[in-house]
Amino acid sequence: MKSDIVLAGVGGQGILSIAATIGMAAVDKDLHLKQAEVHGMSQRGGDVQSHLRVSSNPIASDLIPKGKADIILSVEPMESLRYLPYLSKSGWLVTNTTPFVNIPNYPEMEVVMAKIAEQPNHIAIDADKIAAEVATKRSSNIVMLGAASPFIDIEFSALEEGLRKIFGRKGDAVVESNISALRAGRVATEEILASRN
Amino acid sequence: MQKLLLLGDEAIAQGAIDAGLSGVYAYPGTPSTEITEYIQDSKIAKERNIHSKWSSNEKTAMESALGMAYAGKRAMTCMKHVGLNVAADAFINAAITGVNGGFVVVAADDPSMHSSQNEQDSRVYGKFAMIPILEPVNQQEAYDMTYAAFEMSEKFNVPVMIRITTRLAHSRAGVVRKPLLDEKTVSLPKDPTQFVLLPSIARRNYKKLIETRPDLEKISMESPYNTYTDASDRSLGIIACGIAHNYLMENFQDKALNHPVLKLSQYPMPRKDIERMVNECDKILVLEDGYPVIEELLKGYQEAGTPVIGRLDGTLPRDGELNPNIVAAALGLPIEEGDVVPDLLVGRPPAMCKGCGHIDAYKALNIALESYGPGRVFADIGCYTLGALPPYNAVNSCVDMGASITMAKGAADAGLVPAVAVIGDSTFTHSGMTGLLDAVNEGTPITVIVSDNYTTGMTGGQDSQALGHLEQIIEGIGVDPEHIRVFKPTAANLDEMVNIIKEEFDYQGVSVIIPRRQCIQTLRNKSLVLKVKELGL
Repeated sequence: MKSDIVLAGVGGQGILSIAATIGMAAVDKDLHLKQAEVHGMSQRGGDVQSHLRVSSNPIASDLIPKGKADIILSVEPMESLRYLPYLSKSGWLVTNTTPFVNIPNYPEMEVVMAKIAEQPNHIAIDADKIAAEVATKRSSNIVMLGAASPFIDIEFSALEEGLRKIFGRKGDAVVESNISALRAGRVATEEILASRN
Repeated sequence: MQKLLLLGDEAIAQGAIDAGLSGVYAYPGTPSTEITEYIQDSKIAKERNIHSKWSSNEKTAMESALGMAYAGKRAMTCMKHVGLNVAADAFINAAITGVNGGFVVVAADDPSMHSSQNEQDSRVYGKFAMIPILEPVNQQEAYDMTYAAFEMSEKFNVPVMIRITTRLAHSRAGVVRKPLLDEKTVSLPKDPTQFVLLPSIARRNYKKLIETRPDLEKISMESPYNTYTDASDRSLGIIACGIAHNYLMENFQDKALNHPVLKLSQYPMPRKDIERMVNECDKILVLEDGYPVIEELLKGYQEAGTPVIGRLDGTLPRDGELNPNIVAAALGLPIEEGDVVPDLLVGRPPAMCKGCGHIDAYKALNIALESYGPGRVFADIGCYTLGALPPYNAVNSCVDMGASITMAKGAADAGLVPAVAVIGDSTFTHSGMTGLLDAVNEGTPITVIVSDNYTTGMTGGQDSQALGHLEQIIEGIGVDPEHIRVFKPTAANLDEMVNIIKEEFDYQGVSVIIPRRQCIQTLRNKSLVLKVKELGL
């Protein structure tokens, strides 16, 4: 198997927790993994991305080549479009629809959403709303992981187990809340896929 | 053995711990910070009482580590590339003293300047100091090389450099550990004059260092990290240094690479491998993530012999980080790029956090400067450098750690009124104090704003060496206590802040203004909040 994922968002939105969860699941399944993160200056509200590569074979580069990503997983709608050159023709763009507006010239939402809708394979869900309903608003990143999970070649239960390990130190309530968020994201995507069939 | 999922930085830290490290000395700096942080959080390191507290700057860190190596224990110092400039005096001379316990210097370079003011290549420094350089291609090599580096240092009586770049420092992968070694016990150097670099002794030591050269080249030849893979198409040979090798191999996951490849991860260069490629191939492509160090060396000045291509002739971009696509383009391979980035996309530059104290200080400073005009503020390295961007446009320089105060001094000497410096508390104790002394000794009319947030903010909230005694330090340097002005930067205090700043502009001597409020990113750091309370700040 091979999943090359570009994680996208704004510094502080929790894309590293998504990466850590998939990473934990991958290591448990004895898969190879490389995950390039962004630390430092950009974390102060700048655009951030992480290249996450999981494979049953050894991985050469920490960075995904352009046109090779299987998934763009974005926790912010405009940011999902920043990495389109990396998405393969058959890849999926999975994004949150709640914008993170910390700049004065954020484009109009209709234009952003229309551009996302142009992608042949796209899933756009309001992860902030779903997170607030089933967990806490802060879990919207994990909702997005759930939403992308049907396209990641790792068993869903392994992702749940990953969350248990990542958030275990913070107590059962936090773990269960995040697992609810993960499942709700998955359901949201499954419903969209079913409605399109 | 269970695989650990580690950043390149963390792999270096774990490798050092497992090799029997007794102390790490460092000042925070992206992308090197996580090495020391990992050791600070490590259970084994705590049990062993391995030193891991932050140093005031890279020079004090380098020297402390050298002192530990003098005393026979294994020591490591870690820094970002520009930190090595600060520590360069100690670094170059540590190659002349040699070591007793193993001494490892980690330099984390930042090609593409993700979080830095330049993209200098630390391999140049390693060569300058004439010491071995190890350049891992992945996290496992980062671990293995660090684990082995201490013994190499002891065996050849030299510091050993580990050179990484941002991409490896901040990329995570599985790492398998080796057995945990015991720490070394305290022992003195066999020769009591070894570390005394009086000219007569330094000349002797330097000759010894030169004599080590053939041995270091020999171990580079024998190194498992330098590999020559021959292939049939010798119209081109490829030298791939460090993680550039990954980017090369990424392009050949599903097809054969028919050119000979020298993977280069240990320096000095393995001379015989290089000679073989020069002799057997028609042309050589050099891939290196950083400066064209090896390329320049092979190319020489006369362009004689086997043609060498890479960053210098435009086959690769002259600057910036490499990636699989850049390497593909150099090899003439097709790139199946996805859709273009739509025009609607706008940039999202980093910014100071909502509610940050630096912002309130800048608002007051901008108002106070209105009657003088722009172009009078020298800033420094930290979050407050972002004050150069809109909407603040508040500062006019950012050069190196501590340069705010000294540049303001020079500008004041030239007649600029007012000459203002903006520096953080941690940067002040890193390199601002000595410059302040220069200004005090001459009574130079400068206004220094030490924006105190109790932490090293930009790198993630590490300890500040200034905490609890900032005014004492400033008074001790000789600033008149009447011109050390402390206030809390908030929107409500704006008028008061503006008045204080204006008053100090009028003072014909050294003023230090301290806007003081805790970094909002550290408000969840319970031990810091408690400490701030205890100190009555």
